[in-house]
Amino acid sequence: MAVTEVRISIHPAGLNPKDIAEKIKEQFPDQVIDVAEFRDQVSVIAKRDQIVPLLKYLHDDPILSMDHLQDLTAVDYLKKKDVRFEVVYNLYSTKYRHHIRIRAQVPENDPKINSVVPIWAGANWHERECFDMFGIEFTGHPDLRRILMPEDWEGYPLRKDYPLQGPALENDWPGFTEVLKRSKELREFEWEG
Amino acid sequence: MLLDTSTVGLITVEEGTKILPPNVIITTLDKVVNWGRLSSIWPTTFGLACCAIEMMAAGAAHYDLDRFGIIFRGSPRQADCMIVAGTVTKKMVPVVRRVYDQIPEPRYVIAMGSCACTGGVFRTYSTVQGCDTFLPVDVYVPGCPPRPETLLEGLMLLQEKIRKEQARWSPWR
Repeated sequence: MAVTEVRISIHPAGLNPKDIAEKIKEQFPDQVIDVAEFRDQVSVIAKRDQIVPLLKYLHDDPILSMDHLQDLTAVDYLKKKDVRFEVVYNLYSTKYRHHIRIRAQVPENDPKINSVVPIWAGANWHERECFDMFGIEFTGHPDLRRILMPEDWEGYPLRKDYPLQGPALENDWPGFTEVLKRSKELREFEWEG
Repeated sequence: MLLDTSTVGLITVEEGTKILPPNVIITTLDKVVNWGRLSSIWPTTFGLACCAIEMMAAGAAHYDLDRFGIIFRGSPRQADCMIVAGTVTKKMVPVVRRVYDQIPEPRYVIAMGSCACTGGVFRTYSTVQGCDTFLPVDVYVPGCPPRPETLLEGLMLLQEKIRKEQARWSPWR
């Protein structure tokens, strides 16, 4: 019996990301600032005003069907770009297997952007982390609290102007300095040998 | 039949310890207490990062901490020792200190791994630069992470340290 090779035709790799960028440009001509490309990864740089309708369109459009928010984060372009922050949305379609990256500009003097939790519930903790690390406020988020740092921590550690080694000891987080102080007081009761 | 002790006499087995056959041992209280303590170091089950995985490996069948009388306890109140295994973040400091405060005397601390010793590669805003900033550390075990043999070496160094203690059992110490 002859061995027949069975080839399973894989799903086409979805739309070309450049075509997706063109579709976004057509749909939101006044929102798209630029389309950047790096190693076949296409980023659409957008204004923040209509970010929720824009992402909602990407999520709902039957041909795009971006049902998976792979990541949501921010970048601090201090002294490198005019607009300081960019919130990055990495989108993926599990149905058509295509990607696109959306970068929304957020200025330093008013670090706010609308929440995308109503579109992707998974964005909840990503936005909390983004708020924790960059101090970007996500308007309409159901529970915007710090997620990693202590609740009463001061400052936003991933901002480029934040000192890498943290605040000086006298300005450090009180929960930490109190323990240091108490352990110094209790040292006299330790066994010295 | 009882042995005639008048013909045998005291046998010195090591410095400061004599045996009167068949079953009388004469030694110092320090030696007895320290021997008991170093033969049953019970660490509290407590891991912070990847070092905890090596600590678990040391406790498992192959390296077998049980043969040294080292048994991990689920509560600090039943433990003698704390192995700080991993990176200590500032947010974790109050918890680590509270666990230590709950351990009854005599108590010992082993800083396991580069992070617990010095902060390691994490010279950042969130990491404590060595757990000796808020704990009295007895033994530093370097490595990133230390292999189970290294942790065993650290525990044996702690045993040697306990062996040399004097009058820690005394209320007048």
